[in-house]
Formats: sequence, structure tokens, C-alpha cells
Amino acid sequence: MVEIHLRVNGVTRSLDLEPWVSLLDALRERLDLTGTKKGCDQGACGACTVLADGERINSCLALAVQYAGREITTIEGVAHPLQAAFVRHDGLQCGYCTSGQICSALAMLAEHRAGAPSAVTGDPAATGVELSRAEIAERMSGNLCRCGAYNGIVSAIQEVAEMETAR
Amino acid sequence: MTDVQTRELPAGRTTGRNVGRPIDRVDGTAKTTGAARYAAEYPYPGLTHAALVHATISRGRITSVDTAEAAAVPGVLAVITHLNAPAMKPPPPVSPLNLSTLVSGTTVNYLNTDEVHWDGQPVGVVVAETREAALRAAALVRVGYRELPATVDFAAGQGDARPEKSSPIQPGAVAKGDAAAAIAAAAVSVDVRYTTPPHHHNAIEPHATTAVWDGDRLTVHEGSQSIAWMRSHLALRFGVPAAGVRVISPYVGGAFGGKGMVWAGTVLTVLAARVTGRPVRLALTREGVYRTVGGRTPSAQRVALGASADGALTGLIHTSVTRTGRVGGMPEQVTSASRHLYDVPNITLQQATVPLDLLSNTAMRAPGESIGTFALEAAIDELACELDMDPILLRMRNEPARDPVDGKRFAHRMLREAYALGAERFGWPERTPRPGSMRDGKWLVGMGVATAYHPSWQFSANVTVRLAADGTVVVRCGFHEMGMGGATAQAQIAADALGVPFEAVRVEYGDSDLPTGPAAGGSAQTASVAAGLLAACEKLKRSVLALARRSGDSPLRGRRPHDLQARDGGLWAGASGPGETYAAILGRAGRASVEARVGSDTRAGEILGQAKFIAKFLRDRRRWVKAACGAQFCEVRVDSDTGEVRVSRWVGSFDVGTVINAKTTAGQLRGGIVMGIGMALSEETLLDPRTGRIMNPNLAEYHVPVHADIPPIDVHYLNEPDPTMPLGLIGVGEVSITGVAAAISNAVYHATGKRVRDLPITLDKLL
Repeated sequence: MVEIHLRVNGVTRSLDLEPWVSLLDALRERLDLTGTKKGCDQGACGACTVLADGERINSCLALAVQYAGREITTIEGVAHPLQAAFVRHDGLQCGYCTSGQICSALAMLAEHRAGAPSAVTGDPAATGVELSRAEIAERMSGNLCRCGAYNGIVSAIQEVAEMETAR
Repeated sequence: MTDVQTRELPAGRTTGRNVGRPIDRVDGTAKTTGAARYAAEYPYPGLTHAALVHATISRGRITSVDTAEAAAVPGVLAVITHLNAPAMKPPPPVSPLNLSTLVSGTTVNYLNTDEVHWDGQPVGVVVAETREAALRAAALVRVGYRELPATVDFAAGQGDARPEKSSPIQPGAVAKGDAAAAIAAAAVSVDVRYTTPPHHHNAIEPHATTAVWDGDRLTVHEGSQSIAWMRSHLALRFGVPAAGVRVISPYVGGAFGGKGMVWAGTVLTVLAARVTGRPVRLALTREGVYRTVGGRTPSAQRVALGASADGALTGLIHTSVTRTGRVGGMPEQVTSASRHLYDVPNITLQQATVPLDLLSNTAMRAPGESIGTFALEAAIDELACELDMDPILLRMRNEPARDPVDGKRFAHRMLREAYALGAERFGWPERTPRPGSMRDGKWLVGMGVATAYHPSWQFSANVTVRLAADGTVVVRCGFHEMGMGGATAQAQIAADALGVPFEAVRVEYGDSDLPTGPAAGGSAQTASVAAGLLAACEKLKRSVLALARRSGDSPLRGRRPHDLQARDGGLWAGASGPGETYAAILGRAGRASVEARVGSDTRAGEILGQAKFIAKFLRDRRRWVKAACGAQFCEVRVDSDTGEVRVSRWVGSFDVGTVINAKTTAGQLRGGIVMGIGMALSEETLLDPRTGRIMNPNLAEYHVPVHADIPPIDVHYLNEPDPTMPLGLIGVGEVSITGVAAAISNAVYHATGKRVRDLPITLDKLL
């Protein structure tokens, strides 16, 4: 057993756990933060996406002990217009991938603001690349939605991105 | 109680038509904040975790089990195998008198037998204090086998397929006229074979069960499409009264047919909780879902068509071979759409199945029609090319006025209108017919079209509606919410039926303690619940009117139910006549609430409900052919260097009767198209032909569509009511996956000149 201090949603939590416990299981099973979902436990679906110091990670592929002292944000710690936009654009059906989609999108928007290109960006060195539907879809392709709510998800993200640009 | 949102009734909100409006789903906030709890997320004091041990042979007997190492893992509480498991009653044989007998995923009495029937069958379950310990210990259970010969390869086993017997639900064969002779004599004909691989549902929530015993009372949290049947099944298997079993399922993280049956994980979690006396949670690994939950059968199909030179069809042959498991599964109605789509004088349809030593197949979104329409609608396109005729024109040339097989009337059919609308929105006239003629740089552009078709069903639903003196309404029915937006749609229906604001209605669902709802399958749930709900609302209004008429002061005195309109939170005589609010009526009568109920959950009520359902079902089938239909239009772009296919545009135009919620209906229609795109281009469960073991039981190697694979999907619906359905609505969950793979394969042909008749259309098949 290892004692670690995990900082989740602004609160430091002390945990005794085996070094092989994933961050995802630590959140869900030890801290009862079940908003983060487990879809594959193999880093293939993105349902477990959380933010670590603002960057998106698959928490199923992360060991909890590696993230001691880092700032973890789960869906329970998110309060953002994107959530209402998901509902408005019906960017969800069953809801099981939704937490991961939202966390992933928040970090994706930050990556875009920081100038990160994607595989569909024509000129990787260009600045101020427009966040088109194709750009959003490409950058969100690590998050699967089996209900097929992709159109609504992209619309929600695009609307929020435009709101943020307009501000 | 069920975990649904409660909403305050906003002051001053007027009532109006809610049906049809694009209202946000009522559980949207719970799902976007992480507050919604799914089956594996209920905390219990002393909760333990289970993991399964899977057989590694296709067929045989267990000769030895060594659990010593597993039991020694710290935290392990029990290692249960057939050597020490308590007896369970075997799954019941299917009986038409008790529809819950349909819900057994397999006929295997897990851990009560030394027999192995498929590679992956659970042969042990480990219970431990932590999930990690359970998984570690499960990997340490050593099982010895004596193998027996097994038949697992569909391609090799097809020769042993047997023709299906007819059932009242689906006749296995059609023989009208002489299709073979008509095709042989036809001016133009095609005779082609198509194959489709096995598919898996891959709901993002893997199946999970949390089970808690309290004496003979059992509580189960499970994402399910059939909570009432699951309750009956578990009560029977464990020999306890069904009234003491409660299945709670307010949120289901996707299902698509995969959560319709009771599979091994559910039964073994309940068993493990019985053995250990502790609450047990089993969250299947993604691989565990593939090993223990059935998927869609592969198919081999033949479609032959004959036509006169002007495109009048003279003969149609559609035959199919699919597989079941020797331990269960179902034939798929692969040729179902071929019964109804074209006005052909000579039709031969025949479905055959072969049982293999594999896990049972099971329903997956539009079982039968999704793969059957691929073959039929691709063959129609091939015939159109042979005729040098526009494929829409060919279809409209053969659009029947009555059912082609038995002359029954269509309850509702607007396929012509769906095609006209779709063609206009898509810009079909801009297509140049010659394959390869629409190149755009390195991209070969193709446009394809196909018909979507899915029968419409309706089951029975028991519903309670309670109207409180403050004007709020509670609807209670044990239906299922897997993402369709069921609670939102039913609240819209109740609000209009009672003339109260949408916000005043709360819907409780997903709990077997509620009045029994329908299983969520066959795209039937919304219509089924709506029928019960509308009847309950009528009963409720009559009760309220009776209360009002008891008082000499009521302006409704002397009024009859059919004189009245429910609006503005009360009952009124016509649009401008006298009336009063529910609050006034209930207040004067000193009643806190009035309740109305449709259907009964007593044993006698259940039998009566089932008898009524079957009688209505058979009566409807005698009178009408009922279905949803539509037209799928797509544009693909094929990389001329690599053969990679991208779907660049989609228009779906559907006839689905009255639309209850414009937003969630569009979502359902898009979702089916997305799954169809996966089926066409990337999805395939790969089996080792020697062992039947699934070789890609994960989301990294089974490729479901991702964001980048999906273009904006433009969906339209005609919104014309089907007069034979409640409110005129037809289910929308499945029709939109049908025709998708055909539209894509037809577009790929148009782009490249190559017919790929074997799904998925991967780039290697185009090079």
C-alpha cells in the first residue's frame, strides 16, 4: 500500500492504495467520483478522460500514484457553458461517453487556443486556425460515442468556441 | 425511487402543444454533470467485486479445476466454480404463455455444469475485496478440459443450414408464383451473393451488475432493456418470489439490443452475492462483454432479380443463411424488407440457420433488416445499372399499392414522398450516372441511394398517472431509457393529454417496482408506453370530471367527457366555454391527488395483458402491414491511391409517423445512420475459424465510427401520422440503420466502378 495525496476538483484527498490502481479506479471506486466512466479500460474509447493540470488524459491508462500532487479535474469539477450546449444540441443520448467528451473538449479548446495543429490542419505552422467542424471532429476522435451523437457534440463545441472567440 | 429529475412548476406557464417540439431531454443535466449513476456506480457498505474466468476451449468437459493460487491472493473471498457453486434452476424453456422466458441469453446453467459450449463461456467467478484482486485471482484459476469436436466456422458450416420454420411473428419463407422461371425469362436480370460479418453492439457502458441480497429479497442494479423479464428470470433461477426481486435501471449506457437478454454476468453476480452474503459488483471488462454477451450473426445472402426492359420487376429471390448458437440465439428476419418493398408478381424468400458451437447470437439494432436491406438494396442498384435506369426511378416504378406478398393494406406508407424530399435536399439530379464520372482531384466521388425499412411494433404497457392538487403530474411506468429520450417524449405526451405544462410532468421509469413497461426492443417502446399513457390520461380526466360533477358549484356540472378540452391546467367546455382548473376541482373535493391506472401487475392481470397484446398483435397483422420507411442518400469520396472510403455527405428522409420530439428523434435517426456507416466501412468481429474465439474483443481492433468518420447528417421526416398507431407515431430507433450499408456500397460503386459485396468495404477490397 502507498499513501498518496490526490488533488481532485480543488480538494486534496488522502488515499491508501496499491501502486497498480489506475487513476480511473481510484476516482470511481475509492473516491466515489463516478462521473468519470470506464468504457474499455484500455485507452481506446476516451470515456475516462479527465484533466490533469488542464491537459486531457485517459485516466484508465494512468496510475493513481503518478498523479499525486497534480491538479485533477473530473466532470464533477466542471462548471462550463459547454455542458448546457451539449444538452441544447443533443450532443448525447445514453450519457455514458458524455463526461469524457466534455472534459476532452475543454482541453481540446485550450490546445487550439495555444496553437496546436491537428492532422487536418493544412499548414501546421499557421496561427489562428479556424476551428471548423472538420478540425473539431479530428481533434475529438479519441472519444467514441456509440449512440452516434457526434453531430450534436461538434455543434455544441463549435458554438462554445465561437462564444469564447467573440468575448 | 428512480433517479429522475424533479422540476419546479414555473408560475404562469401556459399550456400548448408539446408533442413535436424540440424539447431538451430531461436527464441532460444529470448526464452532463456526472450526476447520473449507472449500474456499476451504486455504493454499498461492504461492497465486493467479482471477475469471471472464461473457458479457453470451444466445446468439451471440465476435467480439473485448481483454485489454490487464486484463493491465496490477498483479499479474495470466494472462488466459485461448478465444483462448489450452489444449485440454480436451469433457464426455462421458451413458452408463449410467459414471454419472460424469451430473455435467457443462453440455455446454459452457468457453474452448474462441467460442460463447455463456447470459447469464452464463464467457468468460474472470483469475489474479492477489490476489483484488482478479483481480476488477478481470476487469471490464476487453472482449468483442465477434455475437448470435444466443435463446429465454429460459419463459412464452413453454411452447408448444414436448415430452412427456418414459420412463426406467427415471422414467416420463414415466401413462395409466390415462380420467381426462378420469371428471372430466367426476364429481359434483364442480376443474381448476386452478399456476405456480412458478425458485429458487436459495443455500447460504451460495458455490462455491469450490482447485486444485493437481504434474506430472500434481491436488489439488482443493471443497465437493461427488459427489467420486468429480468426480474422474472432471476426469481425463477434463484427460487425466490418475483415480488421480492427489484431491478433498478434508471440509466443505461447504451444497449442497441445487447442488454435485452439476461447474460451470464448478471446471473453470476447474483449467485456470487448469494454465496458470499455480501453485495457484489461485476463490471465486465470490454473483453468480457464480447465473451459473454451475444452479437449480430454473420450472413450469406443471395438476391436475384428479373425485370422487363422498362424496369418492371418480374421476379425476386432473396435467400439467407445466418447462424445461431447450439445453446441459444434466434433466426434473423433477413428477408423481411423483401416481403414488402417491391411490387413483384413472383417472389421466393427463404431464410436458413445453422447452429454453431458459439455463444448465442442476439438482436442488434434492426436485426435482420439492417443486413437484409444491404443485400436487397445493393442488388436493386445493380439491376438499375444493368437497365441503365436511375435507381430511384426503378424503385418508384415498382412501388406497390398493397403488400406484394399477401395484398394487405399498408397502414401508412409514404416512401415516394420520402424519396422526393430526400432527392431534393441531397441534390440527386446533379449526379452523373456513369461510375467514376464525378472525380474531384485524387478523390473518386460517388453518390448512392437505398431504401430504409423497418416494421413497426407495439407491446403492452401498464401505466399509472397521478395528478396532484397543485397541478403537477407523475407518470409511472417501468420502461427503459438507453438514450432514446423516452422520459422526455412521454412527458410531452402526458402534458398535452392533460393540458398541463411540460414542466409539470415528472416521469418515473427504469425500476421493476413500477407498473410493468414493455421491453425496449423492436423500436416499439415509445408507441407502447404512449398507448398506455393516453388511456390512463383519459381515465384520469373522467375521474376528475366525476369529482367536479359531484359539486353543485362546478361549471363542469352536467358536462360529458367528450365535450371537454384539457388545457390550461384543467378541463374546459370547448375553446372558450366554462371550465375550471384541476387545482380547483381537487381542492373543492378535498383531494390531494387523483390517480388512474392502465393494466395490472397481478399474475392474472399479467396474463390478461399478455392475452390482450397477442390478440391485438394478431388482429393488426391480419389487417395491415405497418412499418417505418425512408430514403438514404450519401456521397462518398474514395482515395484513388489508397482505396480509403470517406463518407462526405448524408441525407436521410424518413416516414416515421408523428414525431414526438424533433430533437431526440433527429438524434435517434442520426445515431442509426452512424452505426450503419460503421457496419458499411469498418465494423467486423473476427473469429479464429479453428476455435471460434473472438480475436478483436476490444475497441482498438473493432472499429466503431469516430468523430472524424461522420459528416454532418441531414435528417428529415415527413411527420404524417400513421392512423393505426397511438398519436400516429412509429418507432424510430431502428429504421435509420437500414439501407445505410447499401447506400454506401452503391455510392462506392458509383465512385469506383467496383462492387464490394462483402462487408465491411475496407480499402484492401477496392485496390
